[in-house]
Amino acid sequence: MPALPSFVPYLIHTLFPPWVRRPTEIGAEIMMTAGGAFIVYWLLKNKKLQWLWNEWLTTVDHKKIGIMYLVAAIIMLGRGGLDALMLRTNLAMPTLHFINASEYNEVFTTHGTIMVFFMAMPLIFALFNVVVPLQIGSRDVAFPRLNAISFWLFAFAAALFNLSFVVGGSPNAGWTAYPPLTELAFNHTVGENYYFVSLLMTGIGTTITGINFLVTILRMRAPGMTFMKMPLFTWATLNTSVLILFAFPPLTIALLESLLDRVAGTTFFGLAHGGMPMMYVNLFWLFGHPEVYILVLPAFGVFSEVVATFSRKKLFGYPSMVLSMTAIMVLAYGTWVHHFFTMGAGPAVNVFFGLSTMLIAIPTGVKVFNWILTMWGGRLQFTTPMLYFLAMIPTFVIGGATGVMLGAVPADYQFHNSYFLVAHFHEVLIGGTVFGLLAGVYYWWPKMFGYKLNDHQGKWAFWLFAGGFWPTFIPQYWLGLEGMTRRMYTYPFGMGWHTLNVISTIGGFIMGAGFLVLVSNVLRSRLHREVDATGDPWDGRTLEWSIPSPAPEYNFAVIPTVDERDWWWEEKQRRQSGEKPAGPKPEDIRPIAIPKNTPVPILLGAAFFLGAFGLVFTWWPVALTGLAGVFGVLIYSWFQYDHYRILSAGEIRETEELLGRLGA
Amino acid sequence: MRTWAKRIPLALGLVAVMAGCGGPHAVVLNPAGPVGRVELNLMDLAAITMGIVILFVMVLFTIAVVRFRDKKGNRAPYTPNVEGHKVLEVLWFIIPALILTVIAVPTVQETYALAKVPAKHPLVIDVTSLDWKWLFEYPGQKVATVNHLVIPAGQPVLFKLTSDAPMNTFWIPQLGGMEYAMPGRVLPLWLESYKPGVYWGHSGQFSGREFEKMFFSVKAVTPTAFNAWAASLRKTAPAMTVADYHRLLQFTTVGYQSYSSYPAFTFPSVTHGFTLKGGMYLLMHNNPAHD
Repeated sequence: MPALPSFVPYLIHTLFPPWVRRPTEIGAEIMMTAGGAFIVYWLLKNKKLQWLWNEWLTTVDHKKIGIMYLVAAIIMLGRGGLDALMLRTNLAMPTLHFINASEYNEVFTTHGTIMVFFMAMPLIFALFNVVVPLQIGSRDVAFPRLNAISFWLFAFAAALFNLSFVVGGSPNAGWTAYPPLTELAFNHTVGENYYFVSLLMTGIGTTITGINFLVTILRMRAPGMTFMKMPLFTWATLNTSVLILFAFPPLTIALLESLLDRVAGTTFFGLAHGGMPMMYVNLFWLFGHPEVYILVLPAFGVFSEVVATFSRKKLFGYPSMVLSMTAIMVLAYGTWVHHFFTMGAGPAVNVFFGLSTMLIAIPTGVKVFNWILTMWGGRLQFTTPMLYFLAMIPTFVIGGATGVMLGAVPADYQFHNSYFLVAHFHEVLIGGTVFGLLAGVYYWWPKMFGYKLNDHQGKWAFWLFAGGFWPTFIPQYWLGLEGMTRRMYTYPFGMGWHTLNVISTIGGFIMGAGFLVLVSNVLRSRLHREVDATGDPWDGRTLEWSIPSPAPEYNFAVIPTVDERDWWWEEKQRRQSGEKPAGPKPEDIRPIAIPKNTPVPILLGAAFFLGAFGLVFTWWPVALTGLAGVFGVLIYSWFQYDHYRILSAGEIRETEELLGRLGA
Repeated sequence: MRTWAKRIPLALGLVAVMAGCGGPHAVVLNPAGPVGRVELNLMDLAAITMGIVILFVMVLFTIAVVRFRDKKGNRAPYTPNVEGHKVLEVLWFIIPALILTVIAVPTVQETYALAKVPAKHPLVIDVTSLDWKWLFEYPGQKVATVNHLVIPAGQPVLFKLTSDAPMNTFWIPQLGGMEYAMPGRVLPLWLESYKPGVYWGHSGQFSGREFEKMFFSVKAVTPTAFNAWAASLRKTAPAMTVADYHRLLQFTTVGYQSYSSYPAFTFPSVTHGFTLKGGMYLLMHNNPAHD
């Protein structure tokens, strides 16, 4: 047998080291290859490649970008959930080795990272993209091409992060990645490189999205929509965008310095030359705490829309809702040290951050009271999104209350990093963020696709998911009080932790079943869709419900003038009474400039991906090729002058006519 | 099922549980020392206060959900145009603030109180977390142990925590809360056991592959027995050599070990800015073991 060129064994050993040759990894590899091959085969067989490229991969339409975010987020929810079930299975019994310690450490790291950065964030951006321009009466976001760049940076970063499972090995230092555990001395595999590089990449996209929506909301609202007439989801987006803008830079610095420690021999956080791990912890949570509110404010926005719509009543206390949300945004920057009271910053610092933590509970409480009072005197309709809202109240109130307990500094010395903490943040992140985003997905689904998700199946998914939630996480509070700390891959007999862990694992699998029903709900609702011709299936209150579903590419044929908070609710009554025409007048329709499709965002993402992959393995030629690719794509994009095409008034009139939208 | 019966308080809610009907395994709820006691009291206070808030919200919520359903013949008032209530909205801000004061005041008091060791010359134990084991050095007694700790009961013990490996937290749940063991820093934590007893400790900060093995045992004995134990260790146990220490630095797990002495460099000696109040961002020399 002729000898192989020497780089072949090197490549095999580097890309597929022994620790990614376990059955789970090989199984995942086979599934990924088979899945990819099937998709390519299907696309070729149905001659769909051109369609995919033109309609989706090169689109800059905010509605389509939103849908792509949604699809990616649901896939990532599946992956993160699978990780969670592997963790829970391993913890079901003392000294169980369903997966071994190294694998467990990788899986809890990817679970946390994926759920925060590659599930919750894109799900939030899905709703931002789909809803915000429609809700403020705009034709698109402020920078449509940047918006697509954000998406593709996220998508390629997510792909890169997931690739780590089968190529080179996953990160294994927790989603917080504290040094010095992430330093080469303690962690020599490429896993942590994957973590830093992919988060840096998606972080660029996230920052751009923050800027994009900030400008969109500040500059592109319909005439008459003053700040105090903005729908609350838009307010949530505005506050979230500001949080993103100031929270991501510290993360970027922390990640970049950690990466340099690993690939360029610096010692920002290493031990060798006076590096300071605690600085990383500060930088990380300087981002990490605002991030918590980046995740939860959009959910608050969704709940505010959902509760008003399905109580068939105006939102209670709009000004105090806006005030409390803004207060949360400001205070969110002042609480980060409560993630490490036990790091010896001294009583004065701890007291300051303990009190600021309690302070932030006040505006959150205001929101809960206002939501309940919105229901008071209403007529509640128990649709699937409303059920998620109703499930959120008890969950979030208990999760918030335990958050206050964690803020009581001396008590936190006992709670820190125990399962009490694990239960607390899952309760607010699932009970708040995930319930909220799922409510939003069910609520705005008809606006995205033109048909509702089946309510009956949706309720099944809801009861399994929300019902499984309680047995999963309530026992974990108690496990914390029994002294169980997070991230243990197993535990010995005789600690008394067994029964509660079994309950928690069973609950986890019920939630998993809920996710499967949710996916089947999506697929079956698509197969048996009942098209909604009204564009307003819930009898909504805000602007997005005034246009057809799915919205035409130009959104609004004529941009309305807003004179009320719940403009569409009032407008419907005016139209019924004949005070106003039933739609835009044909003579009011003007030509509209539509941003053109462009391959720049996806190519830029691909170039970043190549460079990032080279950086992960410190193959500098590959990394530099990727960098050159990035500049190449940017230079190419400079020579694209013609960004818009004009839709003539006649075309728009025709479309509106077809949709039966023209007023007399 | 017997263990199930002990979990019944769980069903009664976190409040009742926190109020003290804890099972024998709930180490945090059965403090064996003053620090854990203070912390538990604060937990109870916070849990009860928050429990009242939860109860109030849940009652209001349940009434709203039951009363205002969209059903035919529902005679509850329907007021679709109510926009708010100025007084109520202001009260939402004020009442929670007052309730939180109930927790905030003792939080401030206890945070400052616990930062001081209540003894002039407490027993000092230098704690170093290693991959994946704990090294305990008794500078007063000149002895050292690995993974097992012996302390005198009825008097405060000051632990000085550092790490010669990734971060860990030093936690003996039954005696009190945890504190980080970080490389390049020495952080103080004091704990006390009321009576002689046996406890377990663990790390709360993930530190790598065998993190789960970071358990250690704690034995509180009478001061006389403690002195006798240290004296016998000095006589019978081997001395820790530099080579021994380097063996401890390796990525291994080990059982209990005892040493009659230890090399001085193994614990940082220069403690600029170190105060027993938990001085801010203490500056330390690096451990020469890494050079």
